[in-house]
Amino acid sequence: MIPFAGWDMPVQYRGLVEEHNAVRSAAGLFDLSHMGEIFVTGPDAAAALDYALVTAPGKLAVGRAHYSMIVDANGGVLDDLIVYRLGDTRYMVVPNASNAATVSSALKERLAGFDAVLDDASMRTSLVAIQGPRAAEILQPFVDVDLTTIKYYSGTQTTACGVPAILARTGYTGEDGFELFVAWDDAVRVWDTLLEAGASRGLVPAGLGARDTLRLEAGMPLYGNELNRETTPFEAGLGRLVSFAKPGDFVGRTALEHAKDHPRKALVGLKLNDRGIARIGYPVYLPAATDACGSITSGTSSPTLGHAIAMSYVPVDRTAIGGEIEVGIRDQRASAQVVPMPFYKRST
Amino acid sequence: MDIPDNLKYSSEHEWIAPTGKTAKIGVTGYAAEHIGDIVFVELPKVGTAVTAGSSFGVIEAVKSVSELFAPASGKVTAINERVTKEPELVTASPYGDGWLIEIEMSNDGDLSKLKDAAGYRDFIASLPE
Repeated sequence: MIPFAGWDMPVQYRGLVEEHNAVRSAAGLFDLSHMGEIFVTGPDAAAALDYALVTAPGKLAVGRAHYSMIVDANGGVLDDLIVYRLGDTRYMVVPNASNAATVSSALKERLAGFDAVLDDASMRTSLVAIQGPRAAEILQPFVDVDLTTIKYYSGTQTTACGVPAILARTGYTGEDGFELFVAWDDAVRVWDTLLEAGASRGLVPAGLGARDTLRLEAGMPLYGNELNRETTPFEAGLGRLVSFAKPGDFVGRTALEHAKDHPRKALVGLKLNDRGIARIGYPVYLPAATDACGSITSGTSSPTLGHAIAMSYVPVDRTAIGGEIEVGIRDQRASAQVVPMPFYKRST
Repeated sequence: MDIPDNLKYSSEHEWIAPTGKTAKIGVTGYAAEHIGDIVFVELPKVGTAVTAGSSFGVIEAVKSVSELFAPASGKVTAINERVTKEPELVTASPYGDGWLIEIEMSNDGDLSKLKDAAGYRDFIASLPE
């Protein structure tokens, strides 16, 4: 167990690689109760979120969800999050645990003047995620809905394992999977039920360690590593999220209109050609350069691919696939090359 | 927990097997298990001087980097090339095929500062889980 954003979280249960491989080949069960859950409700909920976030939640159909970001007035990322439209006038916003309080207070501020109220349910809501190719068949007997009708990036109120749940088809692993938002007191029942039922199909509990290697292989950014207030969505390669077409002003619009054409850095995926593993904070160099041009934001040995992968910010003219980059590993320079992300993509 | 009787142990969880002036060095089964899935081992070149208590290499799991500390001073006379290609050998056979380096010891006094098997067993029993 390690302290993580104010929570005690398991890094691993049985072993990181075993858990990682189980999610790729069968299924893993994640306790993500640390994540935030913020409800925004009211006649103006859609308009308020259009103003507060860079995407256009007002355009979401009821039952659907999308990946979004909340930025400050300078266009710097405050958090990345998922927005679910649960009803015409009801949304759920899911921020990172470390940013839940920041997002909650920023949203509250941005809701002023709109006919919408905010309910931060983070401290009474648990999240249990089941991820992997066998997630659907393991979960199906315990939910009231036909999972084949649930689209990727959607969320709906239902019953799971006999308790009220918001069932979402979302995740952070690069696999198919579901997330179940339930009351704190109901979480253990959901966890135990699914773990027992899924064990014979290869379901294992998966910790923070596997969560990080899975999301990195899937090319997904992590707040605090790839994302922070000194970074715009465009620099992080997520400019497609920003909806300039939506009507009206939104927080960060002016700054982002400028930032779109003036990125200061660019996020790339790296594959190491030499032996060694690039870790967070290791310096990154252009070939033969003396001074670092950036540093590794995430890096690991990829359990699925069998070689070291990393993400790094590099100068904006150095993003071409195949471009050579050097990573300082202790007293040596390791050769790396820019590769497309995601590093891993599921076959189906 | 396998802790062979014929070896000496350091508080940094390295073992050393002296034969005269020469000694093989590796990490203990306890260390290998705690590091987890070992994916990378970096060893010094033959001829490098190592100093008791100082780092001579690195062992990495998927999520962690651990330094290797020499239990005794000396000069590296051989390295286990196999383990750099198959790092999982460290976990599979920490006292056998997963050995790391061989040195020619330069200071007889180093060995007397190390623990015997019973002392190391007591030491790891005293560590927090």
